[in-house]
Amino acid sequence: MAASEQKIQKKKITVSPLKKFFRRLRRYPTTFIGISIVIIFLLIAAFGPLIAPYHYSQQDLLQRLQPPSDEHIFGTDQFGRDIFSRILVGSRDVLLIAGSGTALAVFSGLLLGLFSGYIGGLFDEIVMRIMDVILSIPPLLLAMVILFALGPSRLNVVIVVGFLYIPMVARVVRSVVLELKTRQFVEAARLRGETRLYVLYKEILPNVLPHLAVEASMRFSYSIFLVASLGFLGLGVQPPSPDWGLMVGEARTWFYQAQWVLFFPAGAIATLVVGVGFMSDGLRRMLLPGGVTDDG
Amino acid sequence: MMDNGKVLDVDNLTVTYMTEKGPLDVVRSVSLQIAPGEIYGLVGESGSGKTTLARAVVRYLPSNGKITGGTVSLSGTDLSTRSQKEIRGIWGSRMTMVHQDPNAAINPSMMIGEQIAEMTRTHMGLSRKESRERALEMLNKVRMPDPESVARRYAHQLSGGMLQRVLIATAMATNPEFIIMDEPTTALDVTTEAVILDLIHELMDEYNTAILFITHNLGVIARICDRIGVLYAGEIMEEGPIHDVFKARLHPYTRGLLGCVPRVDANKKEISLSAIPGYIPRPDELPEGCIFGPRCELVEAACREARPPVVSVGPDHLSACRRHEILRDRSEKADETREETIGDELGHIVLEARNIKKYFPFSGGLGSIWQRRRSELKAVDDISVRMRSSFTMGIVGESGCGKTTLARCIAGLEEATAGEIELEGQLLDYSVNKRPRAILQKIQMVFQNPDASLNPQHPAGDSVARPLILLRNMDRKQVREKVAELFKAVSLPADYIDRLPHELSGGEKQRVAIARAFAADPALMICDEPISSLDVSVQASLMNLLAELQDKSKTSYLFISHDLAAVRHISDWIAVVYLGRLWEIGSAEDVFIPPYHPYTEALLSAIPIPDPDIRQDRIRLKGSVPSSLNIPPGCRFHTRCPRKVGEICETTEPPWQDMADGHRICCHIPLEELKELQGDGLLKTAGLRGNN
Ligand code: SF4
Ligand code: SF4
Repeated sequence: MAASEQKIQKKKITVSPLKKFFRRLRRYPTTFIGISIVIIFLLIAAFGPLIAPYHYSQQDLLQRLQPPSDEHIFGTDQFGRDIFSRILVGSRDVLLIAGSGTALAVFSGLLLGLFSGYIGGLFDEIVMRIMDVILSIPPLLLAMVILFALGPSRLNVVIVVGFLYIPMVARVVRSVVLELKTRQFVEAARLRGETRLYVLYKEILPNVLPHLAVEASMRFSYSIFLVASLGFLGLGVQPPSPDWGLMVGEARTWFYQAQWVLFFPAGAIATLVVGVGFMSDGLRRMLLPGGVTDDG
Repeated sequence: MMDNGKVLDVDNLTVTYMTEKGPLDVVRSVSLQIAPGEIYGLVGESGSGKTTLARAVVRYLPSNGKITGGTVSLSGTDLSTRSQKEIRGIWGSRMTMVHQDPNAAINPSMMIGEQIAEMTRTHMGLSRKESRERALEMLNKVRMPDPESVARRYAHQLSGGMLQRVLIATAMATNPEFIIMDEPTTALDVTTEAVILDLIHELMDEYNTAILFITHNLGVIARICDRIGVLYAGEIMEEGPIHDVFKARLHPYTRGLLGCVPRVDANKKEISLSAIPGYIPRPDELPEGCIFGPRCELVEAACREARPPVVSVGPDHLSACRRHEILRDRSEKADETREETIGDELGHIVLEARNIKKYFPFSGGLGSIWQRRRSELKAVDDISVRMRSSFTMGIVGESGCGKTTLARCIAGLEEATAGEIELEGQLLDYSVNKRPRAILQKIQMVFQNPDASLNPQHPAGDSVARPLILLRNMDRKQVREKVAELFKAVSLPADYIDRLPHELSGGEKQRVAIARAFAADPALMICDEPISSLDVSVQASLMNLLAELQDKSKTSYLFISHDLAAVRHISDWIAVVYLGRLWEIGSAEDVFIPPYHPYTEALLSAIPIPDPDIRQDRIRLKGSVPSSLNIPPGCRFHTRCPRKVGEICETTEPPWQDMADGHRICCHIPLEELKELQGDGLLKTAGLRGNN
């Protein structure tokens, strides 16, 4: 008898991917919140200066340290600048610097992790030991040292963020590659004589990407935090740029008189970090499912 | 609820899962009863709902699962309405469970004896001292060698078979009325499985416990169960005493399942397996009327209209088929016989592997830093095989015997340590990376795990196309045609070419993997346990497919499996491997009749044969396979050999003894004597299973 276990074809359920995406979103409200927050901040960064009621550096010494009011909904700072406007405009720096830093880390980490995991041997050993060294130094300390040496500037902050997070990304990528390398589809590729580059690029890389996306989103939230911390320490963007970390740093002095000066920029940082965190959590659940199996 | 003398009484049980698509009834109106001292075998393929049913019985459903109809009662106590807290009181003292995976069920950081003792303290209220004694008593009961020392050990220090005994000891420690055993032997080697099954059987004679034994293996059920229930897509298709069901087979599904199991007394040239067409329907896509209808040969219009009633077809014997009378008349469906297409003349030699050795350097933890001498793990130690074209060599042995390593060495995925691999007269490099294209094209492989063997990101067609482009230099148009042809050859519809692996079932993935291997048009195909992770009905269709493809292509197969019945079915020649060495080699027929090697004998007598009447010799091996780091001197099998003759086995390597037709055995016992000892062998009652 001719084997025909597929005579009865399974009905193919056709649900558009977008619909499926939204249906899944509904199941995870935190993911939805996270994505919304990130989208809102991206819009703010794009259109912030247009909606800002005041120029971010416009001083009004008569209006110093005003609490939130109709004119200044987030209040004013020690120079009488509108905090709301400053936060709107400041979102650009944060997102741009943290975003570029993350991109740098992800790209370099991907390359290092891929080759390190795939080639293995001495190369892997050397790369990974270097990564370990970087990881063994507290990140903020390392960032400070480097920025002291390079001098504070936007570009340097990007470089520092990128550099600091390379080891994390490289490690994740490497471990995924190591696991994929033993899968049988890679062995099948070897059996038909594929080149190593083909195996790496066509067989392994596509399976690394979902992991990479999750890792990248997580790194992004850490980067935002790091950029803010560096700003707070005065090592990031320099005044009078409206950097959130810097704003929090300067507000320390006035905290007892005017809490809002500290509260709003700190709140902005926290909201963004949490939002990105939720988003990355959601990405993980969608891209790297596992554990949710139901045997009939 | 009335107490009807049954320990477990499941009445009209329906279990529902709340899902995205709405409620799904995964188990529908299932009724079953188990009497004291009875072992009830519940058989089902994956997707049949057997796990859900078991979980519902013990009220251990995942949070989205609920009992939505019927009752479950344990000796008159209705479990289905009790609160979780009350269930917890019953659980452990009145009912317990033996899991498939001991590692998930045993606390790795607690001593074995203490775990059993704790169970008796919480559920029986024993004192510390009493509980410790009880633990030892139980370990004794399950025939644990040296129970005192085992009680003081941890899980990682015990072998799989021993852990399974611990689980049984734990489950029985509180003298429960009812035990659920969920595939308790599936993860074990056949020889260990046989020992555990014997143990369960003996213990049940002694105790009056009722057991629900869940498995996918009909052979296991035939060996130890009193009654059987056949579960299909959440409903029971046939139920009854083991003999009646296996003999009468009054439901087409039961008949189909039994037809899928390869027989130990015939091979692919004599019969082809009767695979069941189609798939188990998903609970959200149930067909109208009889749920087996779309796959049933006997289906008629009435079947499609209404669900067939469950009718009594004999004493205590139920069937959910409206046409069971027809089945009764056709007492047994005649196996389809195949004409032999292969002539007598021998093909040319495809593979000649001589004295293959593969040693892995082994560093054993911290100690090895001081140790000068590097130890070696001898996975394959001097094995030679020769294969001709259009020929299948089966390699059998327990896990860890080196059969997979041997295959990987031949494929070049593992570099052999020593030996010669010759393919069609050409000496091969050890490493696949150094072999020229022309050689690569000739050796292909099908792997065990269908999920890992296809790249999840590549459409199925791409996986099949690559070898064509790379090894056969086809242009785009040719590739497209050939891919379509290959999909047809492995009976997959053409629209599967664009599907991603996750849209395919396990059996379909394996078909794509076979198509990929055949795309290279190899002379030798290595099949490393290609069917063992699949359901029986899918296994049968894949074995038929492999046999069919071989007829056409004249490709030789090196077929590796721990399933002797499958190997017997598909192979022309069988090699028995233990601890990195060959012990017996010969034609499939010869290896299955005496005289055979004592190890082969033990393997054969352990095969679970789905026929309750068959009488197998009870040859059981003690202990587990010794580590390949520490190979016993003399005959490597002497530590477990039931026929060991004495000193000589421990000191001297046994000689190869030749028989007619190239059948060879490596043992000290002279062949005549072996033959005498083994009598008629395994198939002494095979006549009972004859055709028609
Ligand atoms: S009721 Fe009809 S379709 Fe169902 S198993 Fe019986 S004959 Fe087949
Ligand atoms: S040589 Fe001795 S120990 Fe080895 S299989 Fe033969 S009888 Fe058993």
